[in-house]
Amino acid sequence: MNPFGAVVEEPPTNAENPEEKAGSVTKPIEPNSYKIGPDEEGHFGIFGGRYVAETLMPLILDLEQAYNDAKNDPEFHADLQQLNKHYTGRPSPLYYAERLTNHLGGAKIYFKRDELNHTGSHKINNCLGQIMLAKRMGKTRIIAETGAGQHGVAAATVAARFGYPCVVYMGKTDVERQSPNVFRMKLLGAEIVPVTAGAGTLKDAMNEALRDWVTNVEDTYYLIGTAAGPHPYPELVRDFQSVIGREVKSQLMEAEGRLPDMLIACVGGGSNAIGLFHPFLDDKDVAIVGVEAGGHGLEGEEHCASLTAGSPGVLHGNRTFLLQDGDGQIKEGHSISAGLDYPGIGPEHSWLKDTGRVEYVPIMDDEALEAFQLLCRIEGIIPALEPSHALAELVKRAPKMGKDEIIVMNLCGRGDKDVFAVSKHLGFDM
Amino acid sequence: MSSKKQTRIDTRFADLQEAGRPALVTFVTAGDPDLDTSLEILKSLPEAGADLIELGMPFSDPMADGPAIQLAGQRALESGQTMAKTLGMVREFRKGDNDTPIILMGYYNPIYIYGNERFLEEAANAGVDGLIIVDLPPEADEELCIPAMEYGINFIRLAAPTTDEKRLPRVLQNTSGFVYYVSITGITGAAAPDPALVGASVARIKSATSLPVAVGFGVKTAEQARAIGEVANGVVVGSALVTAIAKSLDGEGKATGETVDAVTGLVRQLAQGVHQVSHLPAA
Repeated sequence: MNPFGAVVEEPPTNAENPEEKAGSVTKPIEPNSYKIGPDEEGHFGIFGGRYVAETLMPLILDLEQAYNDAKNDPEFHADLQQLNKHYTGRPSPLYYAERLTNHLGGAKIYFKRDELNHTGSHKINNCLGQIMLAKRMGKTRIIAETGAGQHGVAAATVAARFGYPCVVYMGKTDVERQSPNVFRMKLLGAEIVPVTAGAGTLKDAMNEALRDWVTNVEDTYYLIGTAAGPHPYPELVRDFQSVIGREVKSQLMEAEGRLPDMLIACVGGGSNAIGLFHPFLDDKDVAIVGVEAGGHGLEGEEHCASLTAGSPGVLHGNRTFLLQDGDGQIKEGHSISAGLDYPGIGPEHSWLKDTGRVEYVPIMDDEALEAFQLLCRIEGIIPALEPSHALAELVKRAPKMGKDEIIVMNLCGRGDKDVFAVSKHLGFDM
Repeated sequence: MSSKKQTRIDTRFADLQEAGRPALVTFVTAGDPDLDTSLEILKSLPEAGADLIELGMPFSDPMADGPAIQLAGQRALESGQTMAKTLGMVREFRKGDNDTPIILMGYYNPIYIYGNERFLEEAANAGVDGLIIVDLPPEADEELCIPAMEYGINFIRLAAPTTDEKRLPRVLQNTSGFVYYVSITGITGAAAPDPALVGASVARIKSATSLPVAVGFGVKTAEQARAIGEVANGVVVGSALVTAIAKSLDGEGKATGETVDAVTGLVRQLAQGVHQVSHLPAA
């Protein structure tokens, strides 16, 4: 069995009319399997694809070839597994949160503790896989974009581990509000380039990384941090992150002898969520919930809920749900959590929303903050603000479920990076 | 490849071929720094020496552009530019000029949101002759490139230094009007290209197509325009022109009495450079 998950079957038929007006996405027919995507052109239904400048096309085709070779190379899998085990500390525990379960009085709650990984989040899973691809491809320089700095730290970490120079593009606004992570990246030997173009946030950092890549095509590998971007990135990031869901499946089988009733994860670009969800997509009895950043509320401009409040468009190499105005200009996202602060979403999530397989809901800043504090006090775990969004949704749902039901939530990052921001919101002077 | 009727682009390149000189292709962003000034600039370009005009459709996230064109797009968007206004500019321009080809250049999302069919129909009616959509590779031809051909609009493809022998036929397959050779790996307005290297690449492309080849990215001066013009059918200048606009603005970023002249003055110099070239490149 291919441990990377994707079942090879007939590619999904792309019956949608390409000239169909944007926004009027018709409901696709329920597919035989939710694991078949992407097709050869990188499409998940109408989403995904390869919308990039010609200069980058040959590079993306090379990457696809390299990834297909790696997928079929047992040695690649063995090496990655070694690193996952001894460098990252996988498998991460699946923890039964007994106190929180009792507190909420409903479903049994398990946390997948990817916050215990080396570097403090799930980001390392993807970075290790991609840097091994970079090595296979003979690339000698790594570039990455980062918002909160979690992906930047993970990219800088694997670059140090493999001995490559690493340049991290980070919006100027984010450089200012995430200074501890900036320093960590510098300690790890990365060069940080503050991006002033646009509003100086994650999407501008991604634009700038693409500009670097288009300029340094010979030696540079672009290590994208989430399951978005042009094909094959959404696929390969998903595959590297799917270790999360595969572990959950076998760990829960051991603990409970069955599958969960519900999975919950936060979605920014969507890499931790797709990593948890993907192995369960064809288990029809498992309800799946993705939680977006609702910011200050969806009625205003201050949120990041591309799936619940956006519309389909084309940005950063793929067609997906975006926050945009009526003229196709991309809006800035807002969230208390810089890691969810992206106006797009991985294309596979757009497809899973469209097909109805996954339910996506928003959680507001203040709800996430409350959940953050709850977990600190009840379980002695300081979560990152990103999974605090997932937690806030769990807090709403668990009490309505039976005690014999099971929820698994991905606790995808730890909160050390967020304590300064949280203290400010709580009016605590540090 | 298309056997469709001749567009203004085809006619213009045929005429210049006869005249024995390359084309000067100028790029400005629609609505930069404001709609009225931008329209005035557009109307003054042919007289100043522009043979073909690329009109940029501003986008919030221009991934393949350098700082100069990014800022031009921001100025345009801040002054309220929209797709409808950009198409309106072309309609206005056509009232006084029925010969100079206009090519709309930009990114796919604003078109996709406008609606592909609606966009093509209105663009064709307004007098648009060609499209250059940076983030629509041949893999996505059925979305806009092939429908554009049905409306008699040329879809001009970019070929890059990374476009190797294997990929070139795919890039050329549905291209019409001309081929835009990106002279460097990089963003617009970056390092100046080396004419010798560019010449070899243009020759490589011309051996695979009968279309004219224009060269852009990094051409800023009359001398560079002349040197590139020696080895290509057209020279594209963009960043230098929008930089001239930027420099002419007042402290608040508003147009001044010098803004239009700043562009036309530079276009005149560039045209002189291009007009020094006298050659008949292989057809």
